[in-house]
Amino acid sequence: MPKHRIAFVKEIPPGSNKVVNIRGREICVFNVGGDFFALLNRCPHEGAKLSRGVVVGLPESETPGCYKLSRPGEILRCPWHGWEFDLKTGKSHCDPERLFTKQYKTCVENETVVGGRELQAETFPVVVEDATVFVEM
Amino acid sequence: MLQSLVSEKKIDCDVHVTLPTTAKLVPYLDDYWREQVTTRGIDRLELTSDISNISPALRPDWKASSDVETVRTLALEPFGTDIAICNCLYGAQAVYNADLAVALCRAMNDWLAEEFLSKDERLRGSIVLPWQHPEKAALEIERLASDRRFVQVSMIAMGDMPLGRRALWPIYAAAEAHGFAVGIHAGTTYRFAPWTNGWPSYHIEDQAAQSVGVQTQLLSLITEGVFEEYPKLKVVLIDSGVTWLPPFLWRIDKLWRGLRMEVPWLKRSPTEIVSEHVRLTLQPFDGPKDAQVIQELVAQIGEHMLLFSTDYPRWNFDGTDAVPLRGQPDLMRKLRTENPFETYARLREV
Repeated sequence: MPKHRIAFVKEIPPGSNKVVNIRGREICVFNVGGDFFALLNRCPHEGAKLSRGVVVGLPESETPGCYKLSRPGEILRCPWHGWEFDLKTGKSHCDPERLFTKQYKTCVENETVVGGRELQAETFPVVVEDATVFVEM
Repeated sequence: MLQSLVSEKKIDCDVHVTLPTTAKLVPYLDDYWREQVTTRGIDRLELTSDISNISPALRPDWKASSDVETVRTLALEPFGTDIAICNCLYGAQAVYNADLAVALCRAMNDWLAEEFLSKDERLRGSIVLPWQHPEKAALEIERLASDRRFVQVSMIAMGDMPLGRRALWPIYAAAEAHGFAVGIHAGTTYRFAPWTNGWPSYHIEDQAAQSVGVQTQLLSLITEGVFEEYPKLKVVLIDSGVTWLPPFLWRIDKLWRGLRMEVPWLKRSPTEIVSEHVRLTLQPFDGPKDAQVIQELVAQIGEHMLLFSTDYPRWNFDGTDAVPLRGQPDLMRKLRTENPFETYARLREV
């Protein structure tokens, strides 16, 4: 899979996302606690832009009247109907096997930037400019 | 085991018996309440919504079933019924005085046992519950649990609070523990308008409101988590109209997907919960005449969801032509035999 450079890490702080267009598709890249996850920016229900949803935790319960919030910051509520999606997989909480948005691989690499022209006889030190986020598709 | 018990018995899951006057209960009341009922002149405590006793609601060719012979002749024999579950509605479920409600319900249940269940072995009973006092209602269930002729406990669709509320859970705990189905019957205490936008003017509005009342109670039971807390509980919606169920569940399923964070104990869709825990008596069946459409409706509801009932002696009953689909012996067997035995655990034990 070709890798597409989409942002420097510092552009997408934890809890935020960045929308990019890759090969005609709108992809939303989320930073979840320092890890990056890329989802097709389209709710499988009726097509809302997931990038505009609220990032929340997952309410769970062992028994009626008991509440537990797990996985803080890992769940996205679709802005239109509130259906919950797992940011780490793209799967819905209500029907994970049949209702999900497409997920793409991401990776973070330290890119090197050469501080001068390559063919120059006299070389200069290599500087790590910044960690960069890529989406593979 | 079930197969052999089921055999070919034909079961009617909703036959109405009528308590004509509180005087009938006097022999079953203790001294204090006997004197109270007599001196205070508590002679008739009909539910305004219990239409068994009033002519606009009663089939003119039938009379109210206040004695066992009438039930035999009009409700059992014409249908070849082997087992009939008797439901009785009365004002005991509407009085404010919870202690009076407890006394009246207790007497009603003893009256039902003596005047009906003891006089025809085909009859089974629903325990009338003084839901005004949930702990005492649970005690009434305990008191009658050893009488295997009672197979269901009964509440009305529109009372003082949503039926899922946790104050009522002692009732569900006792019902589950002793294998009683919980029957929710059309009816109202008339404390509140049956609709939230005021009182209706006409009988037709009141009748239609019953289905809405049942829907709200079903949703309350689901969302409050009654079926999660009591996983063996079965609820039977009686006289609800039936065909509203599929579109209602489509809507609730969709809402659950967006709002389940409010009720995180619901780990599966309302449709799945209802399919396991809830059943509906067949009559009155609101549907068109077209057999093909009815076939589709029954398929959407689910054949396992429906329990044969005559709803005797209500006028909205379809007469001896009580099943909307004819010529389907497998479906009939499910509705009249298999589904009732699956629903009413205590039917299997007698």
